[in-house]
Amino acid sequence: MPKLGADMDRGKVVAWRKRPGEAVAKGEIIVDVETDKAAVEVESFTEGVLEQVLVPPGEKVPVGTVLATLRTTGDAEIPTRAPEARAPATRVMATPAARKRASELALDLASIHGTGPQGRIQLEDLGQATPAPPPPPPPAEDRAQRMRQAIATAMSRSKREIPHYYLSHTLDLGPAALWLAKANASLPLEERLLLGALLLKATALGLREVPELNGFWEAGAFRPSPRVHLGIAVSLRHGGLIAPALHDADQASLADLNRRMTDLVTRARSGGLRGSELTDPTITVTSLGDRGVEAVFGVIHPPQVALVGLGRVVERPWVVQGRLEPRLTATATLSADHRVSDGHRGGLLLAAMDRLLQTPEAL
Amino acid sequence: MNREGLRAELLRLLGHLAPEADLSTWRDEWPIREELDLDSVDFYAFILAIHQQLGISVPEADYARLSTLQTTLDYLEPKLVAPQSH
Repeated sequence: MPKLGADMDRGKVVAWRKRPGEAVAKGEIIVDVETDKAAVEVESFTEGVLEQVLVPPGEKVPVGTVLATLRTTGDAEIPTRAPEARAPATRVMATPAARKRASELALDLASIHGTGPQGRIQLEDLGQATPAPPPPPPPAEDRAQRMRQAIATAMSRSKREIPHYYLSHTLDLGPAALWLAKANASLPLEERLLLGALLLKATALGLREVPELNGFWEAGAFRPSPRVHLGIAVSLRHGGLIAPALHDADQASLADLNRRMTDLVTRARSGGLRGSELTDPTITVTSLGDRGVEAVFGVIHPPQVALVGLGRVVERPWVVQGRLEPRLTATATLSADHRVSDGHRGGLLLAAMDRLLQTPEAL
Repeated sequence: MNREGLRAELLRLLGHLAPEADLSTWRDEWPIREELDLDSVDFYAFILAIHQQLGISVPEADYARLSTLQTTLDYLEPKLVAPQSH
């Protein structure tokens, strides 16, 4: 069971996409997992043949539990374990043969009476069992409560362990807004850009200049990330939020970033996020501008070391070459980990974002 | 499609974006984005859906005219019968 976020300690197998004996490509979706926050499609980290499913649909297991075994060509059996294995599996006791057969029949092992030693389920115990109906989706209230608990755990840890400092800077969005209006006027409707894509690209490029804001605090030390994966905070319609990663945002063209951003937000709200999108954001960006908020000072999502907040786009009086004129602006904020960086370096990120947004055509 | 039909279609499209909302009692003067808590990505999806379902391409400069269902109907209704000029 992969760890799909710092606040996850258990997950439920919802459905297997592959059957034992079927070939699996690296990156192919192999199993659907439900966490307290989302339904997630988990990809295989290697290619091979699915040998044995160890956790049937409907079973909830701790992070690190081996879900299945894959056999690679010319290789020994390897477990499809999560990279961060932690706790041993706590599962219904069953023989491997019974477990395999139960998986093939989509049987819920928990509902079967075992006649083996210490109640262990044996193959013959499955004889009279009928396939279990798919587990009903959890009630919305229950789901919201579990998500609130998951957020509470992660954010409490953050506030307990991370010495936050906070900065804010008013971004001049005049040139970006003008460029965007002109660009969109000539683009097909399906390819129109959102201002959010420009802000994300400026953030990602700015992070290259201040790498100590992009990475992880692990085992008492900072590990910078060579890649920029922006975690995009998405508020969910039934409450709570999730922050899947926009991978390599600094490398993407604006058009590509815009397309992937809208796709990611849509999938976050409708279900269908990939496991890899939840495991590796190197920094989070949260935007509450659409909700009318002028500035947001966020709580860092551990083990990340910084969070960028974007507020409402608002027209303000602005001095340009000694003249006062109305100008579109937004407040960008930075919450950062003082164990890794200080205010001077943090300020450089916000200044870089502002500078980059003055030449939007170069983003 | 008459105005009533257009209204029903727009509510259907909005229902996809805000499935938890009860749109049966929707009042046409209510601000769409605020009432349904639509962010810029949701609103862009609404614009795309109008294009796909009704064949009307709303220029970015006209987004503000789609603030309530009433103003949206006023804006879109003539375009349903008149050919698009852009």
